[in-house]
Parts: sequence; structure tokens; C-alpha cells
Amino acid sequence: MSFLVVHDISHTYFTEKTATTALEHISLSIDQGEFVSFIGPSGCGKTTLLSIIASLIQPTEGTVTLEGKKMQAIHPAVGYMLQQDYLFPWKTIEENLFLGLKIMEIDTPEMRASALSLLERMDLKGTEKHYPNQLSGGMRQRAALARTLATDPKILLLDEPFSALDYQTKLRLEELVWQTLKEYRKTALLVTHDIGEAIAMSDRIFLFAAKPGRLVRTFLVPSELRQLPPFAARQHPSFSELFQFLWKELDSLETTY
Amino acid sequence: MKPLTNHKPSLHDQYLASLRKEKRWVRFYQLIIFVGFFMLWEAASRYQWIDPLLFSSPSKIWSLLMGKIEDGSLFSHIGVTLFETVLGFILGTLLGTCLAALLWWFPRFSKIADPYLVILNAMPKVALGPILIVAFGPNFSSIIAMGTVISVIITTIVVYTSFREVDANYIKVLKTFGASRFQCFKEAVLPASFPAIISTLKVNVGLSWVGVIVGEFLVSKQGLGYMIIYGFQVFNFTLVLLSLLIIAVLATLMYQIVALIEKSLIKNR
Ligand SMILES: Nc1ncnc2c1ncn2[C@@H]1O[C@H](COP(=O)(O)OP(=O)(O)O)[C@@H](O)[C@H]1O
Ligand SMILES: [Mg+2]
Repeated sequence: MSFLVVHDISHTYFTEKTATTALEHISLSIDQGEFVSFIGPSGCGKTTLLSIIASLIQPTEGTVTLEGKKMQAIHPAVGYMLQQDYLFPWKTIEENLFLGLKIMEIDTPEMRASALSLLERMDLKGTEKHYPNQLSGGMRQRAALARTLATDPKILLLDEPFSALDYQTKLRLEELVWQTLKEYRKTALLVTHDIGEAIAMSDRIFLFAAKPGRLVRTFLVPSELRQLPPFAARQHPSFSELFQFLWKELDSLETTY
Repeated sequence: MKPLTNHKPSLHDQYLASLRKEKRWVRFYQLIIFVGFFMLWEAASRYQWIDPLLFSSPSKIWSLLMGKIEDGSLFSHIGVTLFETVLGFILGTLLGTCLAALLWWFPRFSKIADPYLVILNAMPKVALGPILIVAFGPNFSSIIAMGTVISVIITTIVVYTSFREVDANYIKVLKTFGASRFQCFKEAVLPASFPAIISTLKVNVGLSWVGVIVGEFLVSKQGLGYMIIYGFQVFNFTLVLLSLLIIAVLATLMYQIVALIEKSLIKNR
């Protein structure tokens, strides 16, 4: 049985002047421990779908099930990370790190210890008492990742988490995130604009089209790439092959619509 | 702050020295204006360039001040006014913030209240003075009410606006952890609005002084406002001017204290 099942989701946003169909009949499923990416032009509903999976918004139609159970309210097994770090500037890194624990009322010494070890894993030891504005962009994004992982979610939703970073920082962070998620055996769902990033990091890639937002194709990343960490995968010969292929697909989507 | 590069310490020192020099000049001119103003005032009064009965003179004000300090009456007046002002502006800020929280919590209430807030905000609050005195009695409570009423609506509007402008993504972060509405308010909305609340504090210091002085005019029992109105009635303008100067000093001090609080509270943004 699949870990996460998205079943026939449609969503329409209503405003005074318009009704925007952000998603139309989306169905997909993700296995435990799998790393998948959503790729597609902006406005194709990727963020909306992530918000629906996280139960932040209720879809107009359709259901999401996690381990066979229908998701109705915000679920502690789902961790969500946004495009920017959104560390609370008035809280120290440590207070930010423990925020989820505090809100979920699981603020135990054990959870704190494991959160702090995550911070260390993110190479941020010694920044506990610092404020976010004392950290660089890459460090902040790593702190945000540690905050998301601190509550020990089973599935991680990442909404373009690297797009605001410079290229080098981004490559380094891809590597770190990939390693960490494999190490902690997390299921992950990454939204990205970047074809290379999708190939380098994921096992499967879902291609979306806009207006209305819908799932067009699913690509399986070849196993030789799947096993390699992102940076090594980028060097592999079959990487550029898949890249070309996906690029053409994406290009044809954007020119026909 | 990080230490600056020490490639050219001499140049940097020169720059710092020029900054200090500039600052000294500014202070110097400020002092000149201060001393000059009082000297000119004194001379003008002595040589009758201005009517000494109306404009008094610094020396007369000074000796009145000394007399008032000796008989102790000044401190009770200052104490009363300070008490009313501080309480008025704390109440105004707190009440305004609470009202803003209520508006945030109940979106429909805020839509309903909107036109009334506009009317209340536009109305000159000191015109409520007589009503407040009848309602609270001719004592310090109606004066504090004046100090509060004058700042509460504008505080509500400013703070509520800032509540609404809090980046929704902070709330999204909290919601992904399953936060309740109250938790969202406490962890994101309120702390994110602290700068706005503090800045209304600054405005409210000034407003509360207006409210309290007008209140004391009307109630006419004690306080610096009473000293002004009494001095006016017995045509003792030395007393009026002394009160004015004291108010100027105290209001400035309060403003500086709020500015210090602001600095220490929002240093990490
Ligand atoms: N809160 C909202 N209200 C109205 N329309 C929205 C809202 N959020 C998103 N949309 C619309 O839904 C569509 C999909 O948006 P989004 O999910 O953010 O796409 P993506 O993340 O792929 O860029 C867009 O056309 C956008 O304008
Ligand atoms: Mg998006």
C-alpha cells in the first residue's frame, strides 16, 4: 500500500472577481522513503497541492490519505518547509528550533536533545543563542530545515526551499538535505523550478502544467542516478540525457499554453 | 558590531575624529541657542522690550521654582500630573492593543466596527472632557480617562493595521505545527507587531500629555495643568511659564525613556 495517496484532487480559489481553478483531478501516490519532485511552470498549483497535502487548505474535491487514513486536520506526521526560512527574527535559533515541539506539546528533554543533534547535523553547532539576522542565507535555511525535522515528521514537504539561495549554497544544501533525509529515512516531496535539481535529488518526477493546474507526466529517474547523491548525480552521463528530455517536455508545455 | 578593517587605522581614526568634531559643533550651537534664548529673554524683560507682566523672565521663573521646591507644593503637582499621564498613556496603549486584538480575532467585528472607528478617530477627543468629568467625577479618574481616550482609537487603528500586515507565512509555519489561533497570535502576530506598538507608545506620550493637561484645566484641582489655569486666572504668568517649562522637560524625558525601551526591545530585527 502506498504511503501517501492523493486521490482526484481539484481545487478552485474564489475571489470577488474570479474563480481560479488551481488544480484539476490530480491523483498520485508516493511510497514510504521515496523522494519525489513536482516540477512545472509557476502558477500550476504546486504550492496549492502542497498546502492541501499538509491540510492547510481543504480541497474543493478529492481526498488525501496517509498510511491508509484520510487526512482531515493538520497532521504531526507532515513537515512543511517554505521557500524562505521564515525563522522568527525575535527568537534565537534555539527558540526557533524548539518552536514546533512547543506547539505540538512534545517539548521533552529527549526531543530537545534530538533537535539539537539535528542542528549539529546541519553544521550549526554554536549558533543556538544567535538571532537569525546574525546568520547567512544558507545557514538560516538549514536552521529552518532543522526546525521542520525537529518534530520528527514522516513526510517532508519542501516548497522551493533552495530557490532563494546562490548557486553554490544551493548545491551544498541539496547535498546536505539529500543525505539527511536518507539517513533519517524520510519521505520527501520537493517542489522546484530547477530541472537539474529535480533529477539530482529525486526518485520520481511529476510534471505539472498550468491553467488549469494538472499532472501531465511522471518520470522515473534511472536507478544509477537515484543511488547517487545530488552532486555526483549531476556528473553522471545519464543526467544530461534526462535533463534534455525533461527540458523539451517543459518547453513544449510552456509554448503550447 | 564587527571591528572595522584595520588596513588604514589612521584614516579611520581621522574619519572618527571628524565625526566627533562635527558632533561637538552641533552641541556647541545647540548650547548657544539655549543660553542665548534665556539671556535674550532675561534682557528683554529687564529692559522692558517685552511686557514683563506677560512674559515674565527666567530669573523670576527660577526664583518661583526655588520657592515652590522649598514649600514642597511643586512636587505634589508634578507627581499628580506624571501619575495621570503615565497611567493614561499606558492604559491607552494597552486598551488600544486589546481592541486591536479583538478586531483581529473577530474579522466580522472588525468589518462592522470600521466606520465607527473612522468617526471616533476623526472626532476631537478633548471635546469629550465635560462628559468624562460628569461620568467619572471631577477628580483624577476623569483626567486619566482623558489621557486614555485621546490615544486609544489611534492606537487601535495603527496596531490592528500592523496585525494584519504580519507576513502570512509566519502563521503558515505555525499552522503546519498545528498551532491554534491563539498560538498564532501569541507567537507570530503580537511579537511581529511590537515595533508598531512601541511606535504608537511614542505618539501616545505626546497625546496623553495633551489629554491630561486639558483634563486638569477642566477639573482644576491640582497638577501642572491646574497651575497653568490658576496662573492665568490670577494673572501670574511666571507660574504659567514655569509650568510650561516643566511640562516640556518631563514630556521630553518620557519620550526619551520610551525611545530607550524601543531600542532594547527591537534590537534583533
Ligand atoms: N489564496 C489564493 N487566492 C486566489 N488564487 C490563488 C491563491 N493562491 C494561489 N492562487 C492561484 O492559484 C494558482 C496556483 O497557484 P500556486 O499553487 O501558488 O502555484 P505554484 O506554486 O505552482 O506557482 C495561481 O493561478 C494563483 O494565482
Ligand atoms: Mg509556489
